[in-house]
Amino acid sequence: MTLPALVQLEFLQRALLAGLGIAAVAGPLGCFVVWRRMAYFGTSLAHNAFLGIALGVLLGIDPMFGIAMAAAAVALLLVALQRQHRLADDTLLGILAHAGMALGLVALSFMEGMRVDLLTYLFGDVLAVSWRDLGWIYGAGGVVLAGLVALWRWLLMVSVHPELAAAEGIPVLAVRLAFMLMLAVLVAIAMKVVGILLITSMLIIPAAAARRFAVSPERMAVAAAGVGLVSVVVGLAASYQWDLPSGPAMVVAATALFALSLAAGAAFARS
Amino acid sequence: MPTDTAAARRSDASGPPLLEVDDVGLRLDRTDVLRHVDLTLRAGEIVTLIGPNGAGKTSLLRVALGLTKPTSGTVRRKRGTTFGYVPQRFAVDPTLPLTVGRFLSLPRRRSRADVAAALDEVGVPEAVDRELATLSGGEVQRVMLARALLRRPDVLVLDEPLQGVDVSGQAALFDLIAQLRRAHGFAVLMVSHDLHLVMRQTDHVLCLNHHVCCRGAPESVSRHPDYQRLFGAEAARALAVYSHAHDHAHDAHGNVVPLDGHASHTDPHPHGKGGTR
Repeated sequence: MTLPALVQLEFLQRALLAGLGIAAVAGPLGCFVVWRRMAYFGTSLAHNAFLGIALGVLLGIDPMFGIAMAAAAVALLLVALQRQHRLADDTLLGILAHAGMALGLVALSFMEGMRVDLLTYLFGDVLAVSWRDLGWIYGAGGVVLAGLVALWRWLLMVSVHPELAAAEGIPVLAVRLAFMLMLAVLVAIAMKVVGILLITSMLIIPAAAARRFAVSPERMAVAAAGVGLVSVVVGLAASYQWDLPSGPAMVVAATALFALSLAAGAAFARS
Repeated sequence: MPTDTAAARRSDASGPPLLEVDDVGLRLDRTDVLRHVDLTLRAGEIVTLIGPNGAGKTSLLRVALGLTKPTSGTVRRKRGTTFGYVPQRFAVDPTLPLTVGRFLSLPRRRSRADVAAALDEVGVPEAVDRELATLSGGEVQRVMLARALLRRPDVLVLDEPLQGVDVSGQAALFDLIAQLRRAHGFAVLMVSHDLHLVMRQTDHVLCLNHHVCCRGAPESVSRHPDYQRLFGAEAARALAVYSHAHDHAHDAHGNVVPLDGHASHTDPHPHGKGGTR
């Protein structure tokens, strides 16, 4: 079956739209994750999705909201704990990530009769995305992108030097919090597409692949989105062709593009 | 009480202070970082903070800038005073493709001409299209100075501006700071480890070790017993005759020595023999 024919299938259309939506937001957002060395923070947010799923089941709401709430709570908790200056950030994150995950799994085990397919959450199920999910992905994703554009120059300044930014009157704490909340929202809407375990890769790999060819932060953000979009298309096509799990297939495609960028960068440097 | 007469004379001459730190205490993590610290900065003045590592110098700068709220005491900044800040550490992640020109134009946009003029003034006009992460320590400090200049500051706050700058570049950078001050007339509040270089230009020295040990004109501070106890008599002598040339006066700092003056520092270089006062 050729690609144009594939796009005729409605479930594939939805999967493609969902993947593209996530990639467009994750690319630019992921650049800041890379610049600010927050990869582990992304992973911690994703781990806490288990707590969010439990919360969603408990409250009878869509797990997506539960995950957004849990991720936002972790972000706020981290900022509060950072003020103590006793434990290093990665230690705090390690505690929050695994405590949240363990708590979520324990809570889920209590919910008898609620058959939660953990595998779906772990690796995503982009082929099962509904039109309603798509609405959320584009709605919430659009808000995150708009926020990113609005805060862009401040975020850049805070990424370069938070102290200097504060001395010059930028509300650093508010900017940091806003950024963490944007990440929390992304984790929630990306969960169905690539799954909890692979969300961070959609943030980091496209951004890393874009770095060698970027001459400005803006171009790197656009290029990262581009790498993400291509990964989604290639990954989904490969997934359909060879019956691969689609989330992991997208991440493999992104990694291949990253490897290509390394090779191209080396050739570029030689010439 | 500290020897404060020189500053007192100056304060009568010029207007109200731009910055007044009054009896400030700062407690972080159950430790008294600052205790009863006073500091006054007037227009055009250069005040230098010296003191051993971990003495609270950077904390005092942060309090002065309003980045940290003091636990007790008050900080008054004259209304409408613009602060230019050159922070201590500066390492940009190499994955951030940000040129110097863009950095200077963040978050507020500056014209290409303004940016070029500022970089010209600090002596790195060719840096405009280079990425921040590729700059040397000295270049970074100059770019940060250019950034501060673009704000047209009334006060320039520098936290160890010579750190990360190689020895040959330190004197040049210091002269640049002095020259910029003459050209623009801003006041300078500075933390420095390099007692030797700093003293040439400073009006007022404040020696800090959580509290103000001593203060005053550079010569009077260098003869103060508290200062000698903190830095060692050798360093004090080197300071008192800071016009002679050697570049290791800072090696002895941080070594708290007994009052009898037997400095226990390990500096193999003999300190200025001419320093007999």
